Amino acid sequence: MHIVVCIKQVPGTTKVQINPETNTLIREGVEAIINPFDENALEAALVLKETGGAKVTVLCMGPPQAETALRESMARGADDIVLLCDRAFAGSDTWATSYALAQGIRTLGAVDLVFCGKQAIDGDTAQVGPGVAEFLGWPVITYVRKLEVKDGKALIERTFEDGYEKIEAPLPCVLTTVKEMNVPRMASLKGRMRAKKAEIKVLTAEAVKADPKEIGLKGSPTRVVKIFTPPKKSSGVRIDGTEPSVAAREIVSRLKEQKVI
Amino acid sequence: MSLEIIQDKCTGCGICLKACPFGALTLEMRDKLGLPPSKFKRIVKVEVSCTLCGACVPTCKFDAMKLDKPEAAAPADRPLDAYRGIWVYVEQRGGHIEGVSFELLAKGRELADQRKTELVGVLLGHDMKGKVDELFARGADKVILADHPALAGFDSDAYADVFAELVKKHKPEVVLAGGTSIGRTFIPRVAIRVKTGLTADCTGLEIDPKENLLLQTRPAFGGNIMATIICPNHRPQMATVRHKVFKAGAPDPQRKGTLIEEVMDIRAGRAKVVEVIREMTNEINVAEADIIVSGGRGLGGPDNFKLLFELAKELGAAVGASRGAVDAGWISSFHQVGQTGKTVCPKLYIACGISGAIQHLVGMSSSDTIVAINKDPNAPIFDVADYAIVGDLTEVVPAITKVLRGE
Repeated sequence: MHIVVCIKQVPGTTKVQINPETNTLIREGVEAIINPFDENALEAALVLKETGGAKVTVLCMGPPQAETALRESMARGADDIVLLCDRAFAGSDTWATSYALAQGIRTLGAVDLVFCGKQAIDGDTAQVGPGVAEFLGWPVITYVRKLEVKDGKALIERTFEDGYEKIEAPLPCVLTTVKEMNVPRMASLKGRMRAKKAEIKVLTAEAVKADPKEIGLKGSPTRVVKIFTPPKKSSGVRIDGTEPSVAAREIVSRLKEQKVI
Repeated sequence: MSLEIIQDKCTGCGICLKACPFGALTLEMRDKLGLPPSKFKRIVKVEVSCTLCGACVPTCKFDAMKLDKPEAAAPADRPLDAYRGIWVYVEQRGGHIEGVSFELLAKGRELADQRKTELVGVLLGHDMKGKVDELFARGADKVILADHPALAGFDSDAYADVFAELVKKHKPEVVLAGGTSIGRTFIPRVAIRVKTGLTADCTGLEIDPKENLLLQTRPAFGGNIMATIICPNHRPQMATVRHKVFKAGAPDPQRKGTLIEEVMDIRAGRAKVVEVIREMTNEINVAEADIIVSGGRGLGGPDNFKLLFELAKELGAAVGASRGAVDAGWISSFHQVGQTGKTVCPKLYIACGISGAIQHLVGMSSSDTIVAINKDPNAPIFDVADYAIVGDLTEVVPAITKVLRGE
């Protein structure tokens, strides 16, 4: 079985701080990490590799710096790492990104399963997993929390807002993973040594036969026309240094006054 | 297609560096880049991580930045004027119409009036005819109903097939759908198939009066920055919106509309649903609740959630939780509010023992009224709170419950 895991490199938001003067992100010193949901996707693939035997290829579209995310994937157990990297991809929205990734997957030979995280924590669109499936013409099952592959079929638990569904899907298909699915492993020392020396396969737009009209800004139906900082809320009322019972009466009467309750 | 720094205008002041959401601008010495001498030593350099978003351009006081964006012409076979009408995908689960659809009908009504066009509810399901009148009452001029046993439950393949066909046939100008686990699964596939743009989780939707384009505003980069997005040359303009972002209007039972029943050849999808399990049937869904009482690590353990459930009961509220409380195993992840949980927008959000990590704030900061209870007077949650109570939640929460009970 050949599994492809699509990952994205994102800023590690747990360390993101806001510059209070400019109200923008402080990027200096923010490390780049593998998108956390993609770590669950990778882990799911590695579990299948261990239990049923599989080759795991990790595919990442991004700038040359995304190499670190790919090496980390290999240190955890991926067999092959591939960087989809070309200036021509810059400015891609989810349409163009889905197209580019699908083109990348087509060059990787026969593929049985594609994993993506449910969404990336920087963009939060959750559109690229289903988008890749659409370009490949494969079924997609999103928000997967449990998976078993048996007799050429994927047996899946797919989460909803209020529960889950058990689904049986044929291979090949695209699955997007939620964090409940597993706990991503740490890299082993041996894995790190191997990843350090590993060669990264770099694919350009031409190498994946991407139509120049369909990638980057040109291939993206959407445009960002304005970026602005959200208006700050005016500072609220502070209730401090009072007895809990006094504070409780005050808050209840204020909320009633404002007709909130 | 590039971001150009105009050499003789850039002073190397570096203001634009702070505006870049991608950290793609740096300052370099001019001589190092082999540029001719100038009275300014430094110049801005554009790194490969630039996505050409254009956030930097307006911050430059010296007009030293120029962004060339090619404006692709509309495909000749699809003139944009042929697309008319505002569509709302009406989501049903188990025959029940989701609240987000009523919220979108209210917003869609505004947009349709502004564009002087019709509002259309598009309903996919089985035996759903009885629900159509409610959609007229909620503002729809027309309802397109695709009724078929294969559409009763959510089938990603069949839903994408049917919806894409309807779009191709009727050519709507705008399509709005809930940012639910259903909407976020098949709507992206429709957008790919009809080759148009889709903007996720919009918090603002307006019509630009000059160009008649849909201005789609959404939080970006964890909610610290808002981005307004357009889809200039493709139709329909598609957007998803989460629960509770817009307000549902009051139904008008007198309103009438036209029902269009679409009879289509529908093939069931490749993935088969074997079993449907509801885990939250008796609890209030945090995504739908008007009031949420939420707990974080400050609760100190699973037992204190009891205090929150008691308060929630008095208020008719749902109980939410921060990632910290969920990761500690104190409560199930169905309750989680925040970037990795649910985005909520209730009338009242009471945060108990939640410090206010940015990931939590993006999931709840648009609540109408926020009350925060925390021991730490400097907790970041107080920055977004309308009412900040500094105190021990194990004392304050039961005290509020008591007041509400009239004790």
